Amino acid sequence: MSSVAVAEHHLEIEPAESPLTPESWGKLGMWVFLAADAMSFGGLLAAYGALRYGDPTWPRPSSILGIQLTALMTFLLVCSSVTMVEALAGIRHGNQGKLRRFLFLTILGGVIFLTLQAFEWNKLIFHEGQSIRKNLFGATFFILTGFHGMHVFSGVVYLSVILTRGLLGKYSAERNSEVEIAALYWHFVDLIWILVFTFVYLL
Amino acid sequence: MAAQSVASAHPSEQTAQEERRYLQVFLWLAVLTAVEIGVIYLPLPHVEIAVMLIVLAATKASLVGLFYMHLAYEKRTLTYIALTPLVLCVFLLFMLTPDLGAFTRLLTHQTPQAGSGEAHPSE
Repeated sequence: MSSVAVAEHHLEIEPAESPLTPESWGKLGMWVFLAADAMSFGGLLAAYGALRYGDPTWPRPSSILGIQLTALMTFLLVCSSVTMVEALAGIRHGNQGKLRRFLFLTILGGVIFLTLQAFEWNKLIFHEGQSIRKNLFGATFFILTGFHGMHVFSGVVYLSVILTRGLLGKYSAERNSEVEIAALYWHFVDLIWILVFTFVYLL
Repeated sequence: MAAQSVASAHPSEQTAQEERRYLQVFLWLAVLTAVEIGVIYLPLPHVEIAVMLIVLAATKASLVGLFYMHLAYEKRTLTYIALTPLVLCVFLLFMLTPDLGAFTRLLTHQTPQAGSGEAHPSE
């Protein structure tokens, strides 16, 4: 075995088994990252709640925001979570075609979600005069949905890398921990949107 | 031979069960989203609608966490890690309560002009 092959072989072996996630340490790392990220969103949502509770002139969100459009966006993210879970199930059974097909659909769902969000922001800013500086409603709305949109964008880039690696045949039934870790991130983005949709659009 | 066929049938049965569960969760998420939209148009006090919406959102988030993120099948400690932010956020809300009280006092005992003067004493 050449020295390069030996080095590559060593890279694939983790020094010890994670006690919480025996599959890989990366999965535990992603969970810790998600817990930290959830606190960022929790802080923003708590601040939103505090500011809204203290302001009796706060507008009813449904009177300004398009609920039908965001309901569609929510449905889209839920669908993309299903396609993500199907992609993972595919590679766990060694089905490369299923992994690639469903990963592509997940990325497509993310791209359509971002397009709809851009359409919504465009309408609110240029046609309805909302802005991040106009009032507290605008500030909290654009910060919360913008922060989430950045996560969706990052997820699309992340999944595109995973898809590229999938097309190169890097994953198999035995070696798919990277796909599982990416799936955790994507489901988290969906989970957060469920909360943002309820607290910012519906309440 | 028979043992071999049982062994090979088992994973496919498991796969079918898995797929069924994912679709069931998806249907529940879709139905609960539709219910959420319906709830906001109910002729009820805002507080009651808010409670219903929070319960529905918590249910949907739990479904995603338990079944799509596989927390239902992971070690319990991982669930504790996932729940830590929730506990800290509830703690944060309690910490913000005195400020909420101050806001309310400001808004209920003073006129808007006097309130804005106190909020920005330098202006």
